[in-house]
Amino acid sequence: MIRATLAVGVVALSTWAVAVFPRSILVFLLFQGSLLWVYLARIPRWLRATLLAAALLVLMPLIGSFNGYYLEVATQVGIFVALALGLNIVVGLAGLLDLGYVAFFAVGAYSWAIFGSPQANQIFGGGFPLAPGWFYVFLGVGLCVGAATGVLLGLPVLRLRGDYLAIVTLGFGEVIRVLANNLDKPINFTNGPKGITPIARPPVPFGLPYSEAFYFLVLLIVCVVVLVNRRLEDSHIGRAWEAIREDELAAQAMGVPLVRSKLLAFACGASFAGVMGVVFSAKQIFINPESFTFLESIGVLAMVILGGMGSIPGAVVGATVVTVLNLQVLKGFSLWLNELKNAGVTVFGMSLADLPTQLEPAKYERMIFGMILVLMMIFRPQGILPARRRARELGKP
Amino acid sequence: MTALFEARGVTKRFGGLTALHAVDFALDEGIASIIGPNGAGKTTLFNVFTGLYQADEGSVTFREQPLLGLRPDQITALGICRTFQNIRLFANMTALENVLVGMHARVGLGLWDVLTHRPRFHATEGALMARASALLERVGLLRQANEVARSLPYGDQRRLEIGRALASEPALLLLDEPTAGMTRGEAGALMRLLRALVADLRLAVILIEHNMRVVMEVSDRVTVLDHGEKIAEGPPQEVQANPRVIEAYLGTRHSGGPRRRLAER
Repeated sequence: MIRATLAVGVVALSTWAVAVFPRSILVFLLFQGSLLWVYLARIPRWLRATLLAAALLVLMPLIGSFNGYYLEVATQVGIFVALALGLNIVVGLAGLLDLGYVAFFAVGAYSWAIFGSPQANQIFGGGFPLAPGWFYVFLGVGLCVGAATGVLLGLPVLRLRGDYLAIVTLGFGEVIRVLANNLDKPINFTNGPKGITPIARPPVPFGLPYSEAFYFLVLLIVCVVVLVNRRLEDSHIGRAWEAIREDELAAQAMGVPLVRSKLLAFACGASFAGVMGVVFSAKQIFINPESFTFLESIGVLAMVILGGMGSIPGAVVGATVVTVLNLQVLKGFSLWLNELKNAGVTVFGMSLADLPTQLEPAKYERMIFGMILVLMMIFRPQGILPARRRARELGKP
Repeated sequence: MTALFEARGVTKRFGGLTALHAVDFALDEGIASIIGPNGAGKTTLFNVFTGLYQADEGSVTFREQPLLGLRPDQITALGICRTFQNIRLFANMTALENVLVGMHARVGLGLWDVLTHRPRFHATEGALMARASALLERVGLLRQANEVARSLPYGDQRRLEIGRALASEPALLLLDEPTAGMTRGEAGALMRLLRALVADLRLAVILIEHNMRVVMEVSDRVTVLDHGEKIAEGPPQEVQANPRVIEAYLGTRHSGGPRRRLAER
């Protein structure tokens, strides 16, 4: 009872704090922390579900009305959660190390970018862009194109394991990016490094602002992805994937068809990225190959590993932590140090203003991110919320 | 009528080494043991039978269906399953999950059933769970059902591997040194279990075993391999007295090499 009251109180308090201090990053972090706390607290299931639903469906858009940037952050978090969950199937469950995952995201993004903008006229002559309503059809198209690309990548690498698989998938990711960069001639498919714009945005019901519409759309997709992930994990398919991760040879000897299972893992993981790619391109209006670099693949992998391999809550938390860290915490830290510098604060008798430009705070961002990753791997290698083996109710023999 | 399981002239080479040379083997029912010194080709024979290796020559049939060229999972689906000499459980999965994976070939569900959670899914999952519990009880691991395989004691891991193999509903079970590293008492209990399984499930078993006490006690027939060739076959007592077998195990008087000991533990 005390815990329940506390949980409600913490969420309400942190929301109120965001309303009062809409510019403070720390307060927004407090709000996110309170959600994690609610998720982990030992409170009745219905209360937890209600609180989380209320926070995500009502409070978050409300917070967005105080500070629009927070809603943007939340949408980004959602996109990366879906990506992390997709990669979690491939890497966490099936144990197939994929370093080119962002390629599937790119394929989805370009599929809508090309047809949702005048770009397709370069290929087919005229009649484009498609009506904005097609966006919703293209969510399905992105899913299929992503899955097909996943199978395409899966076929040649089926016999590879570990390091070799990682290298080939890395190459595949680069191939897709280089293709996007160079497919502007002889026929202009992707418009090369200049990228594609303007990409049509979907029609929105109830006259919602775009930022909120995308937030809800991403939230909906994330919910579906979580549900699909859970059902797969809790079935013979998920068990087969884990068996392959544990011992491929034994799994096959126990009747698991390796080819089909691995291809299914690649296809499922890739399809989530494909869908999110479509959403991403419409949200950004503009995409170019720079959005799909190797570093993005590594970023998503870092989310999966940081959160805990093979764990759905882990992937969600990992994606949130990494995205918020990159978008808010490290940027905020840099801003803060810069302010100190400009104010001429002295530390140990040295004025920060005398700091050489090589040591500018903005340049630490990546270093700090790297250090956090290293420290995590040393002190909590299993991730923030590691996969736990569930104790199951036994059926009556 | 041909036998349930029949291998003819199976030959397997690794580069210049002939690991198996024209081995014939047939089994209809009961327990057949394969013995032989280390490196005789026993496990290689198992690997050929279960599709992990492709034989260079010869044929293997199960219920009159040729097995050579099939993948291991296809052979398992036909009704042949095995355990491994060096235990190969899914270490980070629970005992129950290990057994459930063993049932993979018998799950008649597709991706769509799983995603939509149709009534079929729940019915099948429930049936799988019940069968898994029954199997775990059979091999004496029901209380450890939710424990991670890695954390089980050695003897339990051996029995779990047998339980996992049984989960695929095999008609023929191949056991690769199931009593290795067990105490005499544990080995005896395992063999009693094996006898009971053979009787209850009408299971045919091929056993690779170094423990002669077990072999002599439990086998209906013994096949002896040495240097990839079958040198003897017959009822246990007969094989035990066969001079070629004694020679393979003990070495000839003049061979001079280290004597291979007939494992009398």
